[in-house]
Amino acid sequence: MADEKKPVPRVRVPANAKAGELIEIKTLISHVMESGQRRDAAGAVIPRRIINKFTAAFNGKTVFEADWYASISANPYQSFFYKAKESGEFVFTWKDDDGSTYETKNKLTVG
Amino acid sequence: MSQTANSRRDFLKTGSIAVLASILAPHMVLAEEADVKAALDKLYSGKTMAAGKIKLDLPQIAENGLVVPVGIDVESPMTDADYVKAVHIFADGNPLPNVISYRFTPDCGKASASARMRLAKTQNILAVAEMSNGQLFTAKQEVKVTIGGCGG
Repeated sequence: MADEKKPVPRVRVPANAKAGELIEIKTLISHVMESGQRRDAAGAVIPRRIINKFTAAFNGKTVFEADWYASISANPYQSFFYKAKESGEFVFTWKDDDGSTYETKNKLTVG
Repeated sequence: MSQTANSRRDFLKTGSIAVLASILAPHMVLAEEADVKAALDKLYSGKTMAAGKIKLDLPQIAENGLVVPVGIDVESPMTDADYVKAVHIFADGNPLPNVISYRFTPDCGKASASARMRLAKTQNILAVAEMSNGQLFTAKQEVKVTIGGCGG
């Protein structure tokens, strides 16, 4: 089943930016986002299993966070902005209801 | 000719099953205005909210309730002294009212974000922005949903 596969994050961040430039970051992760509102064929509630938090940090400092609830679509997409100041590294983290975390890193060169 | 009649009959049959299913679906306890109010009170009980500053970016009609784009954009200089702290989005016709909660920092440069949500039926989307000085701003918009996204 698709939901047994390990979620794969995909992030689109420009590699270079000018100081003060506003960049848009687009993220996507494969995940079933089971809402906990559905029932299986036998009438039993399918337990909730979603990614409940997305965090973006730059050089160790959290810059943007999103708490996701059961209404978020499968394979959740999230976009947001960041104002480039200095070169460094983004760390994007997704937290699953089951305790797993998924992480991906992207370098940004400012100059 | 008979084929047309058949497909019409099938269409009617499917239609009435869908109607029946929606009546007979007790597990779909839908959120109502009161739930959104309760969720809001949990965050900002007794505080005044003004319309404006925040804009919702939503389709007027969503053909597929499983994937409805939802964007917000808040007017703010996003400086250390004056920025958008948080934005919460609620849906009053879903089984649970909360959709998403964002926390912004001045590093964002712009208080704008997009995601995709499920909508069970035609309903109102409410967004509340909390500014760094504690002021609250809201926006509300209806989305008409052609096919509900409740997986039922």
